[in-house]
Amino acid sequence: MKFDTPATTNPIDRLKVVGQPVDRIDGPFKTTGTAHYAYEQHEAVPHHAYGYVVGSSIAKGRIVSIDLTRAQRAPGVLAIVTAKTAGKLDKGKFNTARLLGGPEIEHYHQAVAVVVAETFEQARAAAQLVRVDYARSPGKFDLAAAKDSARKPDRGKSDTAVGDFAAGFAASAVKLDAMYTTPDHSHAMMEPHASIAAWEGDKLTLWTANQMIDWGRGDVAITLGIPKENVRLISPYIGGGFGGKLFVRSDALLAALGARAAKRPVAVALPRPFMINNTTHRPATIQRIRIGASKDGKIQAIGHESWSGDLPGGDPETAVQQTRLLYAGANRMTATRLAVLDLPEGNAMRAPGEASGLMALEIAIDEMAEKLGMDPVEFRILNDTQVDPEKPDRPFSQRRLVECLRTGAKRFGWEHRATRPATRRDGRWLVGMGMAAAFRNNLVMKSGARVRLDRNGRVTVETDMTDIGTGSYTIIAQTAAEMMGLPLDRIDVRLGDSTFPVSSGSGGQWGGNSSTAGVYAACVKLREAIAQKLGLDPNAANFEDGKVAVGQRSVPITQAAAAGDVVAEDSMEYGDLGKRYQQSTFGAHFVEARVDAATGEIRVDRMLAVCAAGRILNPKSARSQVIGAMTMGVGAALMEELVVDRRLGFFVNHDLAGYEVPVHADIPHQDVVFLDETDPMSSPMKAKGVGELGICGVAAAVANAVYNATGVRVRDYPVTLDKFIDTLPPVA
Amino acid sequence: MDPSNDWKFTRREVLKMGAVSATALAVPGLVAATAAKDGIRSPVTAKVALEVNGRAQELDLDTRTTLLDALREHMHLTGTKKGCDHGQCGACTVIVDGRRINSCLTLAVMHEGAKVTTIEGLGTPARLHPMQAAFIKHDGYQCGYCTPGQICSAVAVLDEIRDDIPSHVTGDLTAKARINPIELRERMSGNICRCGAYSNIQEAIAEVAGVKA
Amino acid sequence: MKPFTYERATTPAAAASAAARVPGAKFIAGGTNLLDLMKIGVEEPAHLIDVNGLDLDTIEPTDEGGLRLGAMVRNTDLAADARIRRDYPLLSRALLAGASGQLRNKATTGGNLLQRTRCPYFYDTNQACNKRLPGSGCAAIGGFSRQHAIVGASKSCIAVHPSDMAVAMRALDATVETVRPDGSTRRIPIADFHTLPGNTPHIENVLAPGELITAVTLPRPVGGTQLYHKVRDRASYAFALVSVAMIVQPDGSGRVALGGVAHKPWRVEAAETEFPKGAKAVATRLLAGAQPTEGNAFKVTLVERTIAASLAEAKEAKA
Repeated sequence: MKFDTPATTNPIDRLKVVGQPVDRIDGPFKTTGTAHYAYEQHEAVPHHAYGYVVGSSIAKGRIVSIDLTRAQRAPGVLAIVTAKTAGKLDKGKFNTARLLGGPEIEHYHQAVAVVVAETFEQARAAAQLVRVDYARSPGKFDLAAAKDSARKPDRGKSDTAVGDFAAGFAASAVKLDAMYTTPDHSHAMMEPHASIAAWEGDKLTLWTANQMIDWGRGDVAITLGIPKENVRLISPYIGGGFGGKLFVRSDALLAALGARAAKRPVAVALPRPFMINNTTHRPATIQRIRIGASKDGKIQAIGHESWSGDLPGGDPETAVQQTRLLYAGANRMTATRLAVLDLPEGNAMRAPGEASGLMALEIAIDEMAEKLGMDPVEFRILNDTQVDPEKPDRPFSQRRLVECLRTGAKRFGWEHRATRPATRRDGRWLVGMGMAAAFRNNLVMKSGARVRLDRNGRVTVETDMTDIGTGSYTIIAQTAAEMMGLPLDRIDVRLGDSTFPVSSGSGGQWGGNSSTAGVYAACVKLREAIAQKLGLDPNAANFEDGKVAVGQRSVPITQAAAAGDVVAEDSMEYGDLGKRYQQSTFGAHFVEARVDAATGEIRVDRMLAVCAAGRILNPKSARSQVIGAMTMGVGAALMEELVVDRRLGFFVNHDLAGYEVPVHADIPHQDVVFLDETDPMSSPMKAKGVGELGICGVAAAVANAVYNATGVRVRDYPVTLDKFIDTLPPVA
Repeated sequence: MDPSNDWKFTRREVLKMGAVSATALAVPGLVAATAAKDGIRSPVTAKVALEVNGRAQELDLDTRTTLLDALREHMHLTGTKKGCDHGQCGACTVIVDGRRINSCLTLAVMHEGAKVTTIEGLGTPARLHPMQAAFIKHDGYQCGYCTPGQICSAVAVLDEIRDDIPSHVTGDLTAKARINPIELRERMSGNICRCGAYSNIQEAIAEVAGVKA
Repeated sequence: MKPFTYERATTPAAAASAAARVPGAKFIAGGTNLLDLMKIGVEEPAHLIDVNGLDLDTIEPTDEGGLRLGAMVRNTDLAADARIRRDYPLLSRALLAGASGQLRNKATTGGNLLQRTRCPYFYDTNQACNKRLPGSGCAAIGGFSRQHAIVGASKSCIAVHPSDMAVAMRALDATVETVRPDGSTRRIPIADFHTLPGNTPHIENVLAPGELITAVTLPRPVGGTQLYHKVRDRASYAFALVSVAMIVQPDGSGRVALGGVAHKPWRVEAAETEFPKGAKAVATRLLAGAQPTEGNAFKVTLVERTIAASLAEAKEAKA
């Protein structure tokens, strides 16, 4: 099915099941330990062996020699694979660094060997006996130092310009020119990267924690040099991804290689202290923002430049992205520069681009409002635009940022914010409020599904879509139930298997809308097939309450499958609506924070997000996506930083004790409001993404609240007490 | 793992490889390690009997096996999760003799005679424990990977408060411990949820505890 | 993790004797730090002596009017004990500020004192660390040192001791009781128990090989307002940037010990004479000769401000 004209009324609009806050259908499994993740396939793969990965101890250089003799003699060892013995390996389309290094070493903890043994304990012990001699070469590890060597990236738009930024900025009455930095971030999902590989002849089955089954299948095939048809990926449950599991990682490749060498199925999980440097991360940025406005607060010029680094062949963090679209202003520029850094591979993490970009931009907007003597909410409202500011004839499909801002301000009690910073105190605490706009583009991806009606009146949906905590199982079931006129408990959903139709997968907040649109397409076909079987006019048939009706004639849906299952398969593809209309999601974040006047410790007391993101398919799971993103935003604001050892070239705090993410005590009760919205330009579901919107702007809202509390502006994340303790007033 | 650091100096002594003492026989079924010529120690196994979810389990394990790996890889009780294997996340939380612990940081052989309750022992999809049902109702999870640990922890936290164990945020140490939102947040802080379901988890626990979140 | 043999000790003396006899032996109690380090190859014992079964898990009054805390008393039980909460609230507070509920349920009094540093370079066996591999150098110096020591450090090591409990015990003038392999016992004042790194950072305390901690004794209660102020970025489940253990008497005199600033709980008794003069004077004496790194110089300010906040809080509590 092709979606190339705006959606009109369709069965989803009935909202009997879709749009309802139903409990997740996978909840009973997840809460009882009966949802089996990639590494937990004892039934499917009994008696597998265990692989343990050996990582490079240098950041850049070459392996001079590997001595495996002691490891090979260690008890229980079945096989050891290194780049030398692995056979020819290619690099996957989506990987920047090789998953198995050697002789060239590209980054710290790049895998250099996998040791396979009978037991986990034996594999781990033997891995510690692998002796590798390296020749170190000098590398570049310091973004600030490499900034001036940064170049225009090979891919994507490196520079944009509208009007005359320089002139517009120079002529502005009120100006801001400030530098901001964001550090490297780790996805730190709770389930480590893990895979079990089993070969049958030349066919490989991989149970693996992966967000994008088809991408993964393709890259496994490319890496191993085998036909894609010979690879099967299975990923029914994924313990979090946030972009860290978009691509095939070393666990999958090394499980496959280890299994081939050991002639046994092999399970490989990346040990937590190894994950951070072995896998990908959100790259650090240095950002310069210049805003010029008239005295009455109209933005005349807005410029955003961003520098980030990656391994050779890698990509930049596109932190300027939202600045092209978020605020009005006649004179505009953005620039993106990429430096070569020999740190682990930088790549996508939740809302790549906007998450980092808004961390800086929304502080800058706060600073600008203060310079203008304006309320930050009003300043944003004044500079709203209903069209793409670069192409004024191109409207947004929906843009209700102003309503988000106003609704949020009202509900949060924004009028109680102290206009002058550092003036509110509650005992030992300095108290402040901050806010920020949220913005994230809406992406749509082709997505397919297969639906089957059986004689019991149950409908089974199969698609290689993944549920990484997003609620895919549930919203897909809701979509099928709505389309087929069945109650939710008559729908079975099977996900994450490459033998199912290719879906959008989970990434870029496109999964919810795109995958359900694919299910919609398949259900439209199934409805046609069922109507035909029942001798009813497919165009007139109404599917409701387990019956198919045309006029006075009503037939139980089960009758269509009396003689056998009715199966339909289709996918949803997209035309150029995304080009003709700018599709984005919007929101506003409000935060109240307090700062210990003596120690500078920061705690968040209240949080509210108001989101306008198209139809909300399940308000319960969508709300969870948003509060989760808000939580990650608090982490980005207050604690998360992969610390680079600029001499040795690695992330030093490479475990969950060193890389702090928020815990229960850091997060207050969170409120989320969804504006009632449908977006007919996005898909027949009229939904858009929301899981990434939730993180966009949060960190800046926290930082702005801290500023409001203390009067000290910190422009380098995370906002930690060491950066401002010297400026706090004496302890009374 | 740097192989060149194969030889190490610890606080008290220089390690010598592969020796056994007579006292090792104090553990029944202990198979003694034998030193290979090149200093590679052989695995040592030991028997351990414990009760898991009301069922007697007798295992013959490599002494290095953690309680977590014994549950997951030997008893196939994979509901208990390995998130970090270093006591930094809480995904492996189980209840041992009435107390919640990180099963990753304890050896299985140290639990002779222990009574272990895992997520599978609390309830099943057909017969949910009230805490499990509350997590579903309040969407107290997303990816589900930290969830079993959160639930085991939550169940134990309510017992800890009932047993008058104070916490970091308890105002008056001489008064009896009480259930309130700040207490629940502090006490649950050993269970990380990267999906960020905290606010909902708190609602779920508060409902079971009969307080306002 | 290398294979090891395992035994359950039956008496403290037998445990100590076995530890001395078996090469590469280590005691295991809660295991929360030892197993953590064994998994990454920092600790490689050949033999583990499980001391959990020893009859050392009680808290009993001493003849001097104090308490004897068995070495196997779990952190949770110690913090929850009514006598500790009433008479030594500082100790309860410090314990409860540390780790997580799960870890406190396992961690023991003795084991907590023997915690090893959380320096990330110590934890990464690829990196130079004099504590882990004497003579290999110190990667933390010139590296990421935000968490590291500002006083008492050396050119060999700038690691800090991570315990909260030990800081409170230092302020409370606790005594560590041990049994040695020959069966003899000794009492070590907590002030003398932990050592500074000097050029032997792999030595962290004065225990002899095989010597087992059997108890920690607390002297008779000292009263006063007792506060443990732990400063950290994350609200819970995090090691201290700095921590301040303070006891303030009604007359304004008091004691103060610091965590997160040195290779051991940091107390300078002479600094306590400065209490009447206020936080700056106390902090200046406490941190005399401090040599912070560029990455942790903020701790000097933070210590002073946290002391000031604690003094203010004590004053308020009294009023």
